[in-house]
Amino acid sequence: MGEVTIDWYIVLSTILFSIGALGVLLRRNAIIIFMSIELMLNSANLLFVAFANHLNDIDGQVLVFFVITVAAAEVAVGLALIVAIFRTKRSISIDEINLMKG
Amino acid sequence: MGSPVLFLILATIAIASALGMFQSRNAVHAALFLVLNFMTIAVFYVVLNAPFIAMVQVTVYAGAIMVLFLFVIMLLGAERLRGVEGENFWQLGLAVILTGILLLVFMTALILGDGEAVTAVAAQPLDSSPQALGLRLFEAYVFPFEITGLLLLAAMIGVVVLSMGKKKRGSDG
Repeated sequence: MGEVTIDWYIVLSTILFSIGALGVLLRRNAIIIFMSIELMLNSANLLFVAFANHLNDIDGQVLVFFVITVAAAEVAVGLALIVAIFRTKRSISIDEINLMKG
Repeated sequence: MGSPVLFLILATIAIASALGMFQSRNAVHAALFLVLNFMTIAVFYVVLNAPFIAMVQVTVYAGAIMVLFLFVIMLLGAERLRGVEGENFWQLGLAVILTGILLLVFMTALILGDGEAVTAVAAQPLDSSPQALGLRLFEAYVFPFEITGLLLLAAMIGVVVLSMGKKKRGSDG
C-alpha cells in the first residue's frame, strides 16, 4: 500500500469539502447549512496542517489559528442571525427567508 | 505522515460522519456527527505532528462552537424543520453534478500535476511546540493577529446588537 503521502490528504480534504458544498447546496435547514460551512473550513484546516508537515514549515499551522478565529466569529454572528430570523418568521427554513425586512 | 492503515480507518470515520451530518434530518444528530468528524480531524492533527492544533480543535471546535450550535438548536426547539424538506429532483441532480465538477477540478492538480512541484523538505522534524507556534505568530503575523482581534470585537458587538431585538420600536419582536 506504500507510504501515506500528501496526495492522500489532498484527496480526503477534497472529499470532505465537497460533502460540505453539497450540504450548503441541498439542505434547507439554516443551522445544518452552517454546519456544512464548518466542515468546509475544517477540510481546509486539515490540508493546511498536512502541508505544514509536508513542507516542514510551521506557517501552515499558524494560518489554522486565523481560520479558526474567522470560523468562531462567523458562527457567533450567524447563529445570532438565525435566532433573530426565528423570532420573526418562526422557522429557519431558508425557503421561507425571502424578505430583507421581517 | 502516519501509517496507511491508520489513515484509512480515520478517513473512513471522517467521511462517514460527514455524510451522516449531511443526511440526518434531525439537527441534533447532525451536530453530534459533526463533533465526531472534528474529533477525527483532531486525531489527524496529532498524526501530522501538530499536537497544539489538535488541542485547540477539540476545545474550540468540538467544545465551544458545537456547544453553541446545540444550544441554539435546543433554544429554538428547531430539531426538525416543519414539513418535509423538499425533494426537488432537478435541484438535487444539478447540485450533485456541480459538486462532481468541483471534485474533479480539485483533483486535476493530482491527475495532471507532475507531483514534483512540491517536494518534501526532509530536514529535522518540525518543531511544532506551542512556544515555536507563538513565536512564529508574533514574529511574522503580528498585523493579521491584530486584525483578528478587531474581527472578534466586531463579531461580539454585532451579536449583541442582533440579539437586542426591537424593543425600542415597541413591537414584540
